[in-house]
Amino acid sequence: MLIRFIFLFALILHCVTCAAEDWRQFRGTLNNGIVTGPALPDTLDHIAWKIDLKGRGVSSPIIVGDRVFVTSSQGVHQNRLVVNCYDTDNGNELWQREFWATGRTICHKKMAVATPTPASDGERIFAFYSSNDVICLDLEGNLQWYRGLTYDFPNVSNSLGMASSLIVKNGIVVCMAENDTESFTFGLDAIDGTTRWQIDRPRKANWTSPVVWPGEEPWVLLQSSKGVAAVDVNTGETAWEYLDGASTIPSLTINGQVAYVPSHGLTAIRPGISDPKTPKIIWQSGQLSPATASPIVYENRVYVANRAGVVSCADIENGKRIWQARMKGPFSASPIISSGKMYAVNERGLAQILQIKQDGGEVISTHDFQDTFLATPSASNGALYLRSDQHLWKIK
Amino acid sequence: MKSPAVIVLLLFTFLPRCCAQSQGELSSLFMAIKSVDHEGKGHQRARLAIQELQKRDASALIPILIALDDANPLASNWLRNAFETIAARTLEEGKPLPEEALLNFLRKTSHRPASRRMVFEWLQKIGSDQADEMIDMFINDPSDELRREAVGRYIKQAEKIAKDSPDDLKSRCAFYRKALLGASDNDQVRKIIKGLKQCGEDIDLQYHYGFLNTWYLIGPFNNKQGVGFAQVYPPEKEINLTAAYDGQLGEVTWKKYQTDDPYGILDIARQVAPHKGAVEYAYTEFFSEKEQPVEFRLATPNAWKLWVNGKLLFEREEYHRGTAFDQYRVPGTLKKGKNSILLKICQNEQTQDWAQRWQFQFRVCNPYGMAIHSTKTE
Repeated sequence: MLIRFIFLFALILHCVTCAAEDWRQFRGTLNNGIVTGPALPDTLDHIAWKIDLKGRGVSSPIIVGDRVFVTSSQGVHQNRLVVNCYDTDNGNELWQREFWATGRTICHKKMAVATPTPASDGERIFAFYSSNDVICLDLEGNLQWYRGLTYDFPNVSNSLGMASSLIVKNGIVVCMAENDTESFTFGLDAIDGTTRWQIDRPRKANWTSPVVWPGEEPWVLLQSSKGVAAVDVNTGETAWEYLDGASTIPSLTINGQVAYVPSHGLTAIRPGISDPKTPKIIWQSGQLSPATASPIVYENRVYVANRAGVVSCADIENGKRIWQARMKGPFSASPIISSGKMYAVNERGLAQILQIKQDGGEVISTHDFQDTFLATPSASNGALYLRSDQHLWKIK
Repeated sequence: MKSPAVIVLLLFTFLPRCCAQSQGELSSLFMAIKSVDHEGKGHQRARLAIQELQKRDASALIPILIALDDANPLASNWLRNAFETIAARTLEEGKPLPEEALLNFLRKTSHRPASRRMVFEWLQKIGSDQADEMIDMFINDPSDELRREAVGRYIKQAEKIAKDSPDDLKSRCAFYRKALLGASDNDQVRKIIKGLKQCGEDIDLQYHYGFLNTWYLIGPFNNKQGVGFAQVYPPEKEINLTAAYDGQLGEVTWKKYQTDDPYGILDIARQVAPHKGAVEYAYTEFFSEKEQPVEFRLATPNAWKLWVNGKLLFEREEYHRGTAFDQYRVPGTLKKGKNSILLKICQNEQTQDWAQRWQFQFRVCNPYGMAIHSTKTE
């Protein structure tokens, strides 16, 4: 009996460890850009492998176990939606699956049909595209289900393109399909793809991504021009709302019970106690104004990058700026942080490591990848995965 | 009482393997998969069926392709995945794909164009010489993606002649002219036009693409605070080209406009007036030699509605999120003879430089992008 218990405990521990080292969605499994596994390399020059990507895309790679998954689109009209699976060890392609878009594939030339980052629950891959097609495959590439949200609702689209990444929580895949005309967020059953809930959202183009609430409450936070809604992922019901407006490009980040929202610069909010429907505003700072890249919180400090590529570091307790450091922007990709180092890649492909110190930041390593970069870096097992318009790199 | 999903599971699980490849069973798998539809309808049965179908060997490939012919766009993707999963596994196991059967499928233009393109790519993957030899024949193919192969090849031949025999204009232009016959993608059409210009030939792009260049316009009607999009103004109730109505700034009447823009863009802000918070209606007539399914392809950075023969086909309330060639594709049907086409183009009140455009581009084509022309023009 004891042996069985030990075996079971070891198995659970193993699974938990595996999960921790996966990078299952936009800005990581925990959705906050912080690398929790082994530290990333100190320099960017050790390229383990590099592969040519066949299609276009600015989505981040995700990593599940020893596999890395990348979405892209192909064809003269970019209407062929692709999911590729590669071996993390050597970059060999394990499989490719292709589908026909059922929604519109026109988008701004800076974006791509494969802008949203896919997500995984560890057993399945959920891929999402600007055409609002949602594809669920198992890790071997076998289709589990396929939804066409624009096929269902023909005015769910944006002529500039859609960008919101997917998240998956409690067996629900959350798809934000928010735009000027028919604007919804969907909760799809991860197993069978049916709609568990669908909610009306502000009719305004929105490129932000949903964020998983890390606490016990089953919330996902949806950001829009109107503000932030904490939505019960099981039911789609709104638990509370911040209604003072927010950016429609960089996404909020959460640390503990506080959400740092790109709103009036940056606004820190926590769920209300006396009035659970209304969150408490802790502070607002106009000095901290994220451009396209999302803010990130690390060890009691919040970091934002402005349009000029200047990174501001502020105290998460009061929003007061502590220091600024100049990096070379502009950034579309959001930064990630591992062991006191920020990893950021600008749009022209210059990757930079910023050593974070108490009183300042210093760029300690750069590498020019000489390609257009809009995708946020991913990390797993001490390796950094970078995706440009044309290539995928593993830096170890 | 067992649910249909359970019955399907039992059926697939316990059927003897010897019968598994039977046409009857494949048909029932296809039926389950083809039942998927809007909002997750049919997923329960289809999920079980696709799992079973994906296990099949290469003998299922052609039946899957045939099943694709009448599948809806969602079910098509389920079937496509089954095809590719089986084809990839077959090659991984070192077994051959049924090349001759795939070639025959590719040859038959009555099959779904997208499926034929997929088959073409799989034939290329296995290095089929015959597939490569077929490219020239794709110049009139219903599949725009196959046509593109042929157009690309003719352009390359023309470019090669230009390089190797620069004085041989006759041969070069012959290839460009051949290429133009099948060209519907703008990047290729631009290359062809440039090539033909060197031969002294100007191409009428409006005609090539089927842009409608002559319209009767009436307006402005009020669209302050966006109220005009939903407001029903008189042109939505009647088309009377001699009538006068109360507009936003006084009496308005229909006036005839023509655009000479090569891409058929009718610039309301420039040709009429740069009103803000305004609605303009555009009307034209299209004569079809027969009843036929078509696509109405529209591009505009403004909110719009489209009626054909009095029926609202689509509407979209989006302002200044960009515009591009063939931005919207609206399927519809032309009746034999005269067809009325009414557009409502709404301008909002944004003040930014990039939000001043008030324009549209409109063409009628077949579902694969080739122009359909009115049999009678003004």
